[in-house]
Amino acid sequence: MTQGATRSQTPSGPQKKAGQAPALLLRDIDKAFDGKTALSGASFRLDWGEVHALVGENGAGKSTIMNVATGVYAPDHGEVIVDGRDVPLRSPVDAVAAGIGMVHQHFRLVGRFTVAENVALALGGIGRRIGIGKAAQLVKRKSAELGFALDPEARVERISVAEQQRAEIIKVLLLGAGIMILDEPTAVLTQQEAEALLSMARRLAQAGHAVVLITHKLQEVADHCDRITVMAQGRTVLDAAPMAQTSLAQVTRKAFGEVKEQEPVQPGTLGGELLRLENLRVRHGAVTLDGLNLSLRAGEILGIAGVGGNGQSELVACLNGLLRPLDGKIFLADEDLTAASPAKRRKAGLRVVPADRFDSALVRDMTLSENLALTGLESGRFGPWWGLSRRSMKRNAENSLKEFNVLGGGPETRASVLSGGNAQKVLLARELAAGTRVVVAHSPVRGLDLRSARAVLNLLVASARQGAACLLISEDLDEILRMCGSAAVLNRGRLSPPLSGADLNPARLGELMVGHA
Amino acid sequence: MTDLVLAWLTVFPGYTVPLLLASLGLVISERAGVLNLCTEGLMAVGAMTGALMALAGYDPLLAVACGALAGAALSLVFGVATVVFRADHTLAGLATVALGLGITGVVGRPYVQKPFDGLPRLSDTVWGADLPRLVGQQNILLPLTVLLLLAVWGWLFRTHSGLRLRAVGEDPAAADVVGIDIQLTQLGAVLASGVLAGLAGAYLSVAAAHVWVEGMVAGRGWVAVAIVIFAGWRPWGVLLGAGLFGGAEAAMLRLQTLGLDFPIYLGAMLPYALTLLVFCIACARRRGENAGPAALGKAYLRQDKH
Ligand SMILES: Nc1ncnc2c1ncn2[C@@H]1O[C@H](COP(=O)(O)OP(=O)(O)OP(=O)(O)O)[C@@H](O)[C@H]1O
Ligand SMILES: [Mg+2]
Repeated sequence: MTQGATRSQTPSGPQKKAGQAPALLLRDIDKAFDGKTALSGASFRLDWGEVHALVGENGAGKSTIMNVATGVYAPDHGEVIVDGRDVPLRSPVDAVAAGIGMVHQHFRLVGRFTVAENVALALGGIGRRIGIGKAAQLVKRKSAELGFALDPEARVERISVAEQQRAEIIKVLLLGAGIMILDEPTAVLTQQEAEALLSMARRLAQAGHAVVLITHKLQEVADHCDRITVMAQGRTVLDAAPMAQTSLAQVTRKAFGEVKEQEPVQPGTLGGELLRLENLRVRHGAVTLDGLNLSLRAGEILGIAGVGGNGQSELVACLNGLLRPLDGKIFLADEDLTAASPAKRRKAGLRVVPADRFDSALVRDMTLSENLALTGLESGRFGPWWGLSRRSMKRNAENSLKEFNVLGGGPETRASVLSGGNAQKVLLARELAAGTRVVVAHSPVRGLDLRSARAVLNLLVASARQGAACLLISEDLDEILRMCGSAAVLNRGRLSPPLSGADLNPARLGELMVGHA
Repeated sequence: MTDLVLAWLTVFPGYTVPLLLASLGLVISERAGVLNLCTEGLMAVGAMTGALMALAGYDPLLAVACGALAGAALSLVFGVATVVFRADHTLAGLATVALGLGITGVVGRPYVQKPFDGLPRLSDTVWGADLPRLVGQQNILLPLTVLLLLAVWGWLFRTHSGLRLRAVGEDPAAADVVGIDIQLTQLGAVLASGVLAGLAGAYLSVAAAHVWVEGMVAGRGWVAVAIVIFAGWRPWGVLLGAGLFGGAEAAMLRLQTLGLDFPIYLGAMLPYALTLLVFCIACARRRGENAGPAALGKAYLRQDKH
């Protein structure tokens, strides 16, 4: 892998022409985890100079096949051919040496280290031992080349997710990767950041790299990718089809079979006020919520738009009872819950679905039946305190899993094994159970595939139709516009008055999201 | 009064060095992500082995080296259990302490309370005769310890292999993808901590007491565990912590020899009380910031779902 000479204008990279051996060829890959098949006979073909989309539902095996290509998982069967050569990939370093780099769904950066230290560490792994100062210089030069700012001396845990991602990309490029695999890179980015990332991917491809883009957002695929591979249930169902000759409808059909349409959100008749926030003030770390007022009626789905980090998590924690407000009041149908414990709030019918399914929501290492029973123990449904009834827990789980169409696990499956979408459905099954009056959902479909996303949103619509009040906190404007009759914008800890009707449009929301008001 | 302070200054290093050595070892092992609670046992084995060798008539320096090796050998048991077989770090650590104390109880019984010459003071060596009293009263392990402190600090924070070791303790998955052998690194770190703990133990018998008594480690291994936390896993903090605890212990004994009427139990309790106090202060000051290597005590398997 030679470094290109055109260092100044375009990102340097391998100068490969079309018509040569494919950059990466995976043939007939099988992989099972503890007897559970993740890949069976999957294949993948990537050429130099292209941006190649890899799509498929949650748990289809996209991350797994790319982890095989980067030596993280050893395949049970099949071959990996890099640039025409059959290279044994026994460990991640072998893949790095072969010029394959991956930006994982969960970044592989040491949080306590600075960006430069992370780069020095990675380069040391392939035998290029350089000092931290030299690494910092390399980072600076590379980020200037790619056209974005990144402070090499910053500690990784202190910088934003987008910056961490840039650090990962720079690290991978400095390792000399000609093949760059991006695993759901835009799931954690705002729209502008995503645009910047995708056009950078384009430039890399133009400079001769080969880029794989794993994503659930089909619009990105249509706008930025040259070819597409679709996976379903561990198999490749559409193999490297040119984007120009492929319609998104075709992709959806290949990936999911038939997809239920998003249920229409009818304005319906709104009931009385259920949730009221009065002049809520919260301080937590660098974020301050400044005098939030909000009123939510039965049957309403109110959106809260805004770029992440403007107080969303604090608002959720405050409603959850995990964060005490400095000032202000929380009412649920005239019952003052401001100082109530999480248990009391739950009893009153306030249910919260936080952004991270495994952070103050599901317990990773407990089974689904245990997870689903966890919030109903007090009710005595699962036996008295001295005799937990496994049978009724199991029955409850079976019913919930069926009702919410959870795939990939039964009552005795551990929660951590589920794909993101299915874990989210389990959580909703628990939180939308009987007695729910107000649902607060924070980015409920982040990282979910099209079908799961629709299913989850449909569940929220259904609960609103049954008279619950929903608060949908999301960074995705499309989602807000599709789901909500009215929406407010959270910006720097302040909540705009709700917009509805003709005022509720992307331009107006966008203005409020970036405004300095 | 000056006499008292001078006397305290003379014995102060003797109490600080073993704590410093043991804590340094712990810093290495825990920076690599292995929660190491076996120091008390390793020190006991080091102390006993050193004493046995000295009693057998070997050169005291050789005896000290054997103590260090014995510590390493026992730490290997712990290392294999935790790193290779992924046993729970806390349980394996406690089991190793029990093992170490058990071994010393059985093997060392015939040698209890038999004095030997041990490591000479610097002033008693041929070339150290006219050193000033304060320095002359120390032994050769003091300068060695200072060198070790510098070496560990430089290694952890100024070299590539130090960076790699810390990466393993912070985020094994990230370390793995850059090609670091997690198990080898952790095993090496555990061994290093075993050598240092064994050295600390041998110091107690061969350099300080010149005798072996069962139970002579007397909780210093646990104090070392506390020092490391207090120090925020940093070598210089360890120096401060070891100085604090060693100094307090030395002062206690000085005051007792002065004939101050001081309940002996109160004196014996002081290290623990001080540990508790220091902990509270350290925690209040830090508030969870800087709470040790992120992957401390967690087993890592590449195929685990993250
Ligand atoms: N380390 C692992 N141990 C056990 N099972 C695993 C492991 N990694 C993946 N799986 C399983 O393999 C299947 C494929 O998972 P994979 O992560 O590749 O899906 P994906 O297509 O990347 O999904 P997503 O869109 O949610 O990221 C899933 O059923 C998953 O539960
Ligand atoms: Mg994935």
